[in-house]
Amino acid sequence: MYSMSMWNVGRGRKKKGRGMTGKGELLHPGKDLSVLLTSLFLCSPVDCAIKAMVKHEQEEFPNRPDNTAFTQQRLPAWQPILSAGIVIPGFVLIGLAFIGVGVGLFITSRDVQVLELDYTGAVATDPCYKCSDPSIKNCECTMEFHLDTLFKGPVFIYYGLTNYFQNQRKYGISKDDNQLYGDLDTFKSPASECFPYGYDSKSKPIVPCGALANSMFNDTFRLYRMVNGSKKEVPLNGKGIAWWTDQNVKYRNPNETPLINAFNGTVKPINWPKAAYELDTTDVYNNGFINQDFLVWMRRAALPNFRKLYRRITKDEYQAGLPAGNYSLEISYNYHVLSFKGKKKLVLSNISWMGGKNDFLGIAYLVVGSLCVIMSIVMLIVYAKFKFPEED
Amino acid sequence: NARRKMCPEAAEKPTVIKARAGLLWLQKTQTVQDENVNGEYGLIINGHSLAYALQKDLKLELLRTACMCQTVICCRVTPLQKAQVVELVKKYKQTVTLAIGDGANDVSMIRAAHIGVGISGQEGMQAVLSSDFSFAQFRYLQRLLLVHGRWSYIRMCKFLRYFFYKNFTYTLIHFWYAFFSGFSAQSVYDDWFLTMYNMVYTAVPVLALGLFDQDVNDRWSLQYPQLYSPGQLNKFFSKKVFVRCVMRSCYTSLVLFFIPWAAMHDTVRDDGKDIANYQSFALLLQTSLMIVMSAQMFFLTYYWTAINQFFLWGSLAAYIAITFTFLSNGLFFMFPTSFFFIGTARNCLNQPNVWLTVFLTCLLCTLPVVAYRFLLIQLYPMITDKVRYKAQKEGLPTPSPYRPPPRRISTRRSSYAFSHSQGYGDLVTSRKFLRLKSRPSLFGQKDSPVVENQPQVYRTITEEVEDSQS
Repeated sequence: MYSMSMWNVGRGRKKKGRGMTGKGELLHPGKDLSVLLTSLFLCSPVDCAIKAMVKHEQEEFPNRPDNTAFTQQRLPAWQPILSAGIVIPGFVLIGLAFIGVGVGLFITSRDVQVLELDYTGAVATDPCYKCSDPSIKNCECTMEFHLDTLFKGPVFIYYGLTNYFQNQRKYGISKDDNQLYGDLDTFKSPASECFPYGYDSKSKPIVPCGALANSMFNDTFRLYRMVNGSKKEVPLNGKGIAWWTDQNVKYRNPNETPLINAFNGTVKPINWPKAAYELDTTDVYNNGFINQDFLVWMRRAALPNFRKLYRRITKDEYQAGLPAGNYSLEISYNYHVLSFKGKKKLVLSNISWMGGKNDFLGIAYLVVGSLCVIMSIVMLIVYAKFKFPEED
Repeated sequence: NARRKMCPEAAEKPTVIKARAGLLWLQKTQTVQDENVNGEYGLIINGHSLAYALQKDLKLELLRTACMCQTVICCRVTPLQKAQVVELVKKYKQTVTLAIGDGANDVSMIRAAHIGVGISGQEGMQAVLSSDFSFAQFRYLQRLLLVHGRWSYIRMCKFLRYFFYKNFTYTLIHFWYAFFSGFSAQSVYDDWFLTMYNMVYTAVPVLALGLFDQDVNDRWSLQYPQLYSPGQLNKFFSKKVFVRCVMRSCYTSLVLFFIPWAAMHDTVRDDGKDIANYQSFALLLQTSLMIVMSAQMFFLTYYWTAINQFFLWGSLAAYIAITFTFLSNGLFFMFPTSFFFIGTARNCLNQPNVWLTVFLTCLLCTLPVVAYRFLLIQLYPMITDKVRYKAQKEGLPTPSPYRPPPRRISTRRSSYAFSHSQGYGDLVTSRKFLRLKSRPSLFGQKDSPVVENQPQVYRTITEEVEDSQS
């Protein structure tokens, strides 16, 4: 930790001409000079040089370590001290600021509207119970709900899953980033992390490979508003649901037009109904790997209960929000979660500057702020009564 | 007999307490307890008598008697006996021993003690070469112990406490995350952060803390030798302190994980897009961890040199710079599989709720420490706190008294071994025990056989030549 040179303060070097032979102590400076002068005039060149060197070294103390601020630990420094004048007002200020922020956050969060619809179909009375059997394919079910007040826009539709561990390690690394970046070489030879979803039973490479892509959520929803007894579809916007960097930088389609040619000799993931190049045949910027639903799914969730953005309601008369009334949700139930006791739900939510509805942050700020204020009062009392005396 | 007079109620045989000490209670130790005496005594023993006293049956008796005295002087001893005395104390008393000497005859004693100090000078470099520390004059011992030794202890303890704290926190967060990731050993940070954390982000500030930190000035250290006592009493790092450190890490890791966990639950960005994804969560946790560790370092450092400032803020800046670089487009284009966190910083760190979470986490980790320390200083101040407070009010202490020129002292050859508090020099200077010296001396003198054969031309007193023992 410390430099060893500091310990060797004034370590003298033994000279042959000193000490044991009894020549005695160091010559005094005055004596040195006179001897030097006489020797300069009276001695041979070699003798002169040696004597001059010896005296020079004796005068210079060559082994003395540096006497700089750095080596002698005298660097100028700021030495703060935890004094009452800083701590107590600091706590009060922080406490009051936190309480203010907490109140703002809490009010904002309370104003966010959220509607959750669980459509797993676990119980017999659920509308989607008939679809929950995994052997049934292409099942459709309908859920009805009612809005009492205007659901302020823009409205965001999320699908939520519970008990779904997208953050599991092996599941999360089971993908090939090069494939998803459009590297055609890796189409034929997927990365080994994709195992066992790299090749199908006939040893043909799967594109996109891996468990993460293979388990893509494939339920679809249509929202209808009941107007005068008839169903009117609410247009859902599938654009702008994934991160801009995901769609434009991280994931790229291979450089072939038409896209289907790039996928020659490969097969689609086992659980997918359609291949990657058929995800959205109407829009070339939403097809292949840059399909927004695919991107949203590939951005794996941190926690086992999560929500992912499905659609936005931004068009035409719904820009101000969903008006009050009856609504009907038609679900194409393809994704089965009951085998691992998961749940599926559809969430309608609107947004504030702090994101979705989360009361925790507001409450936490309020609690911590009040604790700070209480602590500062306690510290003030302790300081006033028990200030330690200054004598040692 | 002497012992019986000094301490009449003590037992006849010395009591040896056998215990187990050490980190995992693996070492066996034997301790002879200190006993109370009625008065203050000194002991002088010469080499001939010491030869008998160090025999197996008598050595515990010698130790016991010697420890009842304020000072013990062993004169005319051989180098081997010097080492034996030191080893006797080392073995039967759980103390730290220091031996200081300047001649070749002191080498064995210096090596036997825990800390050996050699004085370089007229006796040659033998003592210096075999010692742990060396300097040129005996009076530097005061600085060695009270200033540098003390600083070294404090720095070491702070360094260790902080190092354990930051690593335990960093690792315990993974432990909590395991409950939410299916126990699949999923790391909660970016792989690059895992690598860089110990090597780059937190390595340098703690090094600066260990090199430059001072709690009080060197002049204050010399003025208040009581500041040395926390080191002797093991106050700053012991098993208890370590357990406290681990508890604090537990608390910090709980806060660092569960506050973001609750804040990210079912939350989205302010444009509705995803923020509760794994990469954003990792980035959030990383940032909070870095800021909390920097704040801890801020409150731990007492002596802020320019180097400390540079290293601390530089590490934080390095974290920000490296994170943004690794999450940028450029590196992703070159190595897509290594830098797949691309875009996370831009999409996550521009959200107000992320920064509010970070802020809350950091303050919730740091403020309890500050409050606790403040209350501790007010209610149970240690000597360090008192002197620091005084130093802040008064600046530099009064200058030390004028010391005589050093040449005179360094002509004396002497060697000393001690492990207790300073005894009484007056007892020795009263010359009741010394037969030979006409000049008063503070401590006893031990002449080696080698030196006695040399002419003593630069001593101002004459010495009777004694028969040296074999």
